[in-house]
Amino acid sequence: MIHPATGRFRPGDAVRVLNEHRPGHIRTPYYIRGKTGRIERVYGDFLNPESLAFGGDGLPRRTLYLVAFNHADVWGAAQAPRDKLFVDIYDHWLEPAEYGGQKDEHIR
Amino acid sequence: MERGHHDIGGLPGAGAIDKSQHELSDWEILADAVNQALGAKGVKRTDEMRRAREEMDSEAYREMNYYERWIASMEAILIEKGILKKDEIDKKVVEFEKKWGEP
Repeated sequence: MIHPATGRFRPGDAVRVLNEHRPGHIRTPYYIRGKTGRIERVYGDFLNPESLAFGGDGLPRRTLYLVAFNHADVWGAAQAPRDKLFVDIYDHWLEPAEYGGQKDEHIR
Repeated sequence: MERGHHDIGGLPGAGAIDKSQHELSDWEILADAVNQALGAKGVKRTDEMRRAREEMDSEAYREMNYYERWIASMEAILIEKGILKKDEIDKKVVEFEKKWGEP
């Protein structure tokens, strides 16, 4: 059963990944924390793995997004300038951002 | 919490990814089967298994291969949930080692 997205973001929105280091089971990779990208796709709402990992019920559900990043914004060098990096990130790990990174015409 | 031993994406010096394939051994297939059965019975969830692997001793984690980590995480979760006891598992391991002549 697909749960429609209730999160804050829409495709094209600029977002920054929270630069937090919490204990527990975290699905947001270390290397992407604090980086800015754009919402590529909204998957829907899913049980929260941070709760499921400790035997919890996973509620409330969290919206999961596919977020696109420019490699230059992640690794600090203009490597593979035409390629994008895609990461699945939950709503509560994102905050609204002004996109201040590399020119991103290829990121819609 | 600093980055965990499982979360090494982009870390310098990690080396190339080993993409070589190998035939699965019987014990690896069995590890997968037990994992599937525990999931189907609702004993554990994937997220719990991942968390158990993240909580492992880092040195042990790095020394183990993929299915060894699966087995270690199943053991940890079954003990955590009170389904098996550590000494029960250890006793059984000794029994099998004797039977199969393993070191």
